[in-house]
Amino acid sequence: MRPYLLKGHERPLTQLRFNREGDLLLSCAKDKSPTLWFSEDGKRVGTYMGHNGTVWTADFTLDSTRLITGSADSSARLWDTETGESLFTFQFQEPCRAVDFALGDDMAAISSDPFMAAPARIHIVRIEEDITDQDATPVRQMESDKSGRVSRVQFTDLNKTLLTASEDGCLRRWDVEVGKMIEEKQVHEKQVQDMQLSLDGTHVVTASTDRTSKLVDVQTLETLKNYNTERPANSAAISPIYDHILIGGGQEASQVTTTSSRAGRFESRFFHKIFGEEFGTVRGHFGPINAVAFHPDGRSFTTGGEDGYVRLHHFDADYFSTRFLN
Amino acid sequence: MTAAVAMRPDGSFEGQPRGFPFDDFEFEDVMLPEGDDMGIASEDDEVAEEELETETGFGSVIVTDNLPEVGPEKYDKLKGLLNKIYGQVGSVREGGMNMPRNEETSTSKGFAFIEFHNPQEAMAARDSTNGYKLDKNHTLAVNLFDDIDRYLKIPDEYQSPEQKAYVPQEHLHAWLMDKRGRDQFAIRFGDETEVYWNDAARSQSEQVYKRSFWTESFVQWSGQGSYLATVHRQGVAIWGGQSWPRITRFSHPGVRLIEFSPCEQYLITYSSIEPSNPREKAKVLLNVFDTKTGKKLRAFDNSVDEFAIGTAAGPGGALRWPVFKWAGGPKDTFFARLGKNSISIYECPDMGLLDKRSLKLDAVQDFAWSPAEPIMCAYQAEQSGGNLPARISLVRVPDRTELRQKNLFSVSDVRMYWHPQGDYLAIKVDRYTKTRKSTFTSFELFSVKERDIPMEVLELPSKTEKVVDFAWEPKGSRFAVLYGDGPRPALAIYDMKNTTSKGVNCVIHQPNKQANCLHWSPQGKFLVLGGLKALNGQLEFFNAEDGEVMNAAEHFMCTDIEWDPTGRYVATSVTVVHQMENGFNVWLFNGQLLYRMPRERFFQFSWRPRPPTLLEPGQEEDIVKNLKKYSQKYEQEDQALLAQTDVDLLAERQRMMDEWKAWVVSKKDWVMQNQDGIAAILGDALNEGDYTVNEVEVEETLGVNEEVIRAT
Repeated sequence: MRPYLLKGHERPLTQLRFNREGDLLLSCAKDKSPTLWFSEDGKRVGTYMGHNGTVWTADFTLDSTRLITGSADSSARLWDTETGESLFTFQFQEPCRAVDFALGDDMAAISSDPFMAAPARIHIVRIEEDITDQDATPVRQMESDKSGRVSRVQFTDLNKTLLTASEDGCLRRWDVEVGKMIEEKQVHEKQVQDMQLSLDGTHVVTASTDRTSKLVDVQTLETLKNYNTERPANSAAISPIYDHILIGGGQEASQVTTTSSRAGRFESRFFHKIFGEEFGTVRGHFGPINAVAFHPDGRSFTTGGEDGYVRLHHFDADYFSTRFLN
Repeated sequence: MTAAVAMRPDGSFEGQPRGFPFDDFEFEDVMLPEGDDMGIASEDDEVAEEELETETGFGSVIVTDNLPEVGPEKYDKLKGLLNKIYGQVGSVREGGMNMPRNEETSTSKGFAFIEFHNPQEAMAARDSTNGYKLDKNHTLAVNLFDDIDRYLKIPDEYQSPEQKAYVPQEHLHAWLMDKRGRDQFAIRFGDETEVYWNDAARSQSEQVYKRSFWTESFVQWSGQGSYLATVHRQGVAIWGGQSWPRITRFSHPGVRLIEFSPCEQYLITYSSIEPSNPREKAKVLLNVFDTKTGKKLRAFDNSVDEFAIGTAAGPGGALRWPVFKWAGGPKDTFFARLGKNSISIYECPDMGLLDKRSLKLDAVQDFAWSPAEPIMCAYQAEQSGGNLPARISLVRVPDRTELRQKNLFSVSDVRMYWHPQGDYLAIKVDRYTKTRKSTFTSFELFSVKERDIPMEVLELPSKTEKVVDFAWEPKGSRFAVLYGDGPRPALAIYDMKNTTSKGVNCVIHQPNKQANCLHWSPQGKFLVLGGLKALNGQLEFFNAEDGEVMNAAEHFMCTDIEWDPTGRYVATSVTVVHQMENGFNVWLFNGQLLYRMPRERFFQFSWRPRPPTLLEPGQEEDIVKNLKKYSQKYEQEDQALLAQTDVDLLAERQRMMDEWKAWVVSKKDWVMQNQDGIAAILGDALNEGDYTVNEVEVEETLGVNEEVIRAT
């Protein structure tokens, strides 16, 4: 089916998030305003004004009433999803790269980049039901001095453990209660750009500029599957209904001008999660794809590119009828 | 090397050694003792250390013997003479000349040590002055200092070398006995060199052997595929057999290029020595080795000017490879190179100049051997301003009979194309137009196998257009020409058989081809038209029998096209000249893509050649005639194989699926716990169920505008 082209950003996309029900889609880009869309028809709901730099990341609460965003203006903001009002600002000294709400939405993890002498830090903040009680001081801070930028954070194991992916290609597990690292594993050779959790929470898919995407066991950090993408992978998602992996990427943005778009492979690519075989590609972006996300019902997906467009695809009927032989 | 020394205004410096010659010394003469910088810090310590090392080696020192023993009065004169002699050959290192004296009589001892700036110069000095007649009684005997050590080590009594026990060699042709008749290829990418089977029936490749850092520059198959040569700083090594042991080594320091003889009996290696003095020419060293024994049979060592002649000269006086061209035929018999106004032909196996004289041909520019027999075609350029015409001659070796010759007028350039079976010879002639401002192209076609070697002249339909590519059909009588000035040249295929009075018979003519090169299948009949470089890798798989394009495809940015030796498959590759898409594709002859292998930093793809068939021509024809009968059996085999492949694939998928399921089961407890935990944390929020859609109608007044509508 023809995709919806959502033109709301003037700069490259950074992350895309559906809310739990899947009726809303939030897009973050290198311009200052994250944008909310209806996922069914691609109608724009509104933007969140307040940040003063690239918005790297965002997350919805379970009930979709609130949003948290992390920006290069060294702040993370809490928003009222419906009104677009900025409820609270967590001010840091360094750019914020990744955010994640904990299960139950009473905590959030915010990662900040290494900057000047400061190492990369992961801040755990408490989120109060009543916004007037909200405190900016993190309840815990974890320093990750070797890792470089922490590109994704993810609560797992009933908020006991925090999983992080970072620039040095390692995945790390942290004990949230104690604030100490439990385990680290070199999963990729180059920086990990994205990490998304599976529906059952047992595994994550990672995307890295080392031209691979990997399926990793959340508990052991053991690599279960390897998907070779031939091009830097910027984002990867797991289908909630099938054993499918969606990977977006393409030739580095800095090299795009020296190549034709054909050579860049600016495609959304589908791999079979278990067999590791590529079985389909969807073209359309003019530059590398920076963000991909599956709709929670698995019937549509969205991609955001360096070209500033968000594309919203609904699968054709034969996607649901075709099966892999085994 | 000079060290920065703080000079006083009068030219002396602190800590000056006593007795230092204050007058008449060159600043460069100041040499500091080794390992002592006299407290003067060098600006670049690392460089200084490297250079110190070369200074202490004796590689660049020669020993000159048989000098006259002179008294102190003539000592300096003799030294001056030696300086003069050796100053012409190379650059003697400052203070590098030492002529020891007898301490009692203070006459010289009759020998001298002379140090040059580098070993190459020392070697050159030895070669040019050894045997130099100083006067009637003194003939110089010159050796490298390092050699003297070696000569002294040779025992006076002869000791017979130990007989090595015979070690059976692995079967060099084992790969030809593959049950399914597959071919091999070698690829090089990153630091890896790998050899694969082309398992085309299953659309995949199967690794045979791999090795990291196998070669330092490239690998090359020998002409019949028995050996794979790797090139190293020290020389060349060849490998073969089933487990790929090293078979022989050929020592040639700094080797750059190699060439096997067609029957792989000999190997020619090449290196050049850049001169230290920019006025001098580079030196070239070519070694001829016996492939089987590894013995060096002959060395050609000369200035590059001796070799870079005519078409062998590249831009800027560089040398075009190959320097030596091998005569064709069932055995390696002759090889030849261009000389000034001559062609030097060397004979195997003794490597001597044939009949001890070169073949004299004035102003010879280029030559080419027939691939089938020792016949060479030579091209002599026009001389004395066009009064003496250009000349093409066919000469048989070793008797030097001129079989055929042809004079050509107002020629600008000539290219020679032998038919791969040696049946025909095409000469592409570029002639000046009358105004001499532009050129036009025509072909002179010789039927070499026929009596008196008849010739046809072929002019392309549009004379002025340039020829992009030309190629003979191997095992056939046709040839294909790609010509045209625009980006879409025309393809024409001609047949040398059925030549009519009108000339050569044009069988196919198709305009508008997106191509700039032609690649015939080694079996003939099919060809691939490639649009490389600016055309981004367009491929057209063409059937020359009925002029049909079987398939048009694209291998984006493709740089190389190579048919496998059996003519069944084509490999197209993108090498490291492009940053991206590196790797290769293998296609069926009709343009069906079989498989792709992307590899980062891809350098080289080369099919392993096969030796010529052992079948008689008649037997080959029989097989073609009864192809149906034979193919039935193989088709069955292929089908069984494919079925097996499908089964294997499904089994593999099943295995992966089982593995995955087992993993999922192993996580079951955790997932259950997790879900209970989630339920505990979220409580009611989890069970809120689906969202409800409330339709809200909103009316908005965009504006009110009143207009008076007048009835007409």
